[in-house]
Amino acid sequence: MTTEAIAPPVVVPGRAIKSELMRQRARAARWFLVPMMIALAVVAGWPLLRSIWFSFTDASLTNLVGANFVGFNNYLRWTTLASGRTVFQGLLVDPAWWNAVWNTLRFAVTSVFFEALFGMAVALVLNAEFKGRGIVRAAILIPWAIPTVVSAKMWSWMLNDQFGILNDLGMRLGLLSQKVAWTASPETAMTAVLVVDIWKTTPFMALLILAGLQMIPKDIYEAAEIDGVHPVKQFFKITLPLVRPALMVAIIFRLLDAMRIFDLIYVLTPNSVATKTMSVLARENLFDFDKFAYGSAQATLLFLIIAGMTILYIWLGKVRFDGGDR
Amino acid sequence: MKINKLLAGLLTSVALVGGAAQAAELSIVSGDTGNGLAFLRSQLDKFEAATGNTVTVVPMPSSTSDQFGQYRLWLAAGNSDIDVYTTDVIWAPQLAEQFLDLTEAAKDVAGDHFPSIIESQTVDGKLVAIPAYTDAPALFYRKDLLEKYNKEVPKTWAELKATAQEIMDGERADGNADMYGFVFQGNAYEGLTCNALEWVKSYGGGQIVEADGSISINNPQAAAAITEAASWIGTISPEGNLAYQEEESRGVWQLGNSVFMRNWPYAYALGEGADSAVAGKFDVAPLPAGEGEGARSAATLGGWNYAVSKYSQDPDEAIKLALFLTSPEVQKERAIQQTNLPTLVALYDDADIAKAAPIIPNWKEIFQNAVPRPSAPTKTDYNEVSSQFWSAVHNTLSGNGTAAENLEMLELQLTELKGAGW
Repeated sequence: MTTEAIAPPVVVPGRAIKSELMRQRARAARWFLVPMMIALAVVAGWPLLRSIWFSFTDASLTNLVGANFVGFNNYLRWTTLASGRTVFQGLLVDPAWWNAVWNTLRFAVTSVFFEALFGMAVALVLNAEFKGRGIVRAAILIPWAIPTVVSAKMWSWMLNDQFGILNDLGMRLGLLSQKVAWTASPETAMTAVLVVDIWKTTPFMALLILAGLQMIPKDIYEAAEIDGVHPVKQFFKITLPLVRPALMVAIIFRLLDAMRIFDLIYVLTPNSVATKTMSVLARENLFDFDKFAYGSAQATLLFLIIAGMTILYIWLGKVRFDGGDR
Repeated sequence: MKINKLLAGLLTSVALVGGAAQAAELSIVSGDTGNGLAFLRSQLDKFEAATGNTVTVVPMPSSTSDQFGQYRLWLAAGNSDIDVYTTDVIWAPQLAEQFLDLTEAAKDVAGDHFPSIIESQTVDGKLVAIPAYTDAPALFYRKDLLEKYNKEVPKTWAELKATAQEIMDGERADGNADMYGFVFQGNAYEGLTCNALEWVKSYGGGQIVEADGSISINNPQAAAAITEAASWIGTISPEGNLAYQEEESRGVWQLGNSVFMRNWPYAYALGEGADSAVAGKFDVAPLPAGEGEGARSAATLGGWNYAVSKYSQDPDEAIKLALFLTSPEVQKERAIQQTNLPTLVALYDDADIAKAAPIIPNWKEIFQNAVPRPSAPTKTDYNEVSSQFWSAVHNTLSGNGTAAENLEMLELQLTELKGAGW
């Protein structure tokens, strides 16, 4: 009981000194953050708000200033016909939009799954000690370094049914009985896009995972070695749990990236219904079809879907961005 | 001498020119294919020498859909970097607001062009662009192979299919495993709209949306035409044809791997080039006709024009450039070197052109029967109409639903798009 009476005078001055210091540091930090916040507001916040605003108007690209507010009409509107039947129209009931949502989700989940798998394998190899490791580490980043449009065009020639090297190799090795039109047929178009994306982004994944692997202290493995733990068990009991925070952050970056995939598909399979994603569809409406408001509504919904997925993922995966694990 | 004469002609023809012309820096966009860019450059060099202006070519992707998206964006933003735009025949109604009215500048020359083409570039009395060349596709065929198998040039699509199949099978048995019967433009893009419009029209199935704005595409003749085309994929045409644009089909053709090809006249000069495997072995004919009532040969009207941006900082010089690039001299050069069809009536009787590009005088007839795409009645909705049409056709070609089902769906979509009116 007495400690309670004594404790406050001891703790309070200490806390006061600490919080004064903290306040000062927080103030300084805020000042340092101001330029970045202004830059973000100008290049990201303002365009975002404008897009959202346009999605509630009837704007067209040639008449942005004179746009009228139309409420949620771009998202959902209904008219009751003379026959008494009610017809729903708008983005939320547009089959082309939901097809694009489905394509995007399918693309994002599949590509990120394989990238994480291959990225982990590559990272484990690169984490081992061997001669020329530095060169191999640099070399593996080449696909990531090539601009997407260039690599997409390169792959589109490699995948070409008549002149492409993949068909030529497949035929020579006897793997294919006839030349396959990879990007043309709806069955293989998505696979072709996935292959190129996985080829391109696995190095990025590997690099992030490798950074996580190098944080794991070597003596844990030595201890496991001495105890005679099988390497496979070592991987599942030591490596995987310890690299998990880095892996989760890598996956979330990639997932966000994959959800807004545009350039690869625009170059490789433009206009193919089998691969049309949300971004591709939004661009088409914004610029090709003169439906700027409708395209803005799609862009807004894309933003909301990505935001929703991110929140869900962080919550479910208990990801912490400071590298620790909850 | 010639250049001076040209310059004098230009100066008198351009009404807007006032006082001494200042040297200007102009930019022109071009999504030309084949040797088109090199040709354009050679003509621009002449223009530079004659006027003292400098002209930069900004190359663009060859797909007209890609070009359009970019141009619309630039024009909507009031971009003054580009002075002269190369425009597709279908764009005039959609971009009319952003281009200068050339009626006054072209008043002396407009009458020399085909009236139908000038009309296609006139929106509400405003001449949006000056025609540079017109385009109408033809059936390219290998005369050596037809001779070898003792076949006639097909007059109907059914004949084409039978002939193509027989020659393809024969050539494959002789060891050319890459041989195909027919290549066309089957990728999901504007080019497929052109191809499919020809099939539909050749079967007497109308023009998707008629001149009065009524939606006519859902009819049995149109379905029959697209069903016929779908039967080519995987038989006489490679599966990959579903992803071909002009240049991919020309690639297959020019390697000697196809009996027939549907393509624009530009492929003629390139096919006769030194590196071509088919040089001297091919000729062109009108596209085959369909079957049933109203069946005829049909060719989609294409063509390119020069328009001047209203945001140009040197509109006078830019108009001069547009007039120069559409002048008889340049059109003649273009006809001889590029086999692009002139838009000036007189050039079809030109002896030099007839000698260098004997196909051009023959093309006059093909092109006079050409079918316009429904860009005029559908106005700013044209791109979406075209996109929905090519999607329906592409779905059918790739086995995703029958032609009848897809056209029924298309009619519904178009009706919704049309709403109270185009």
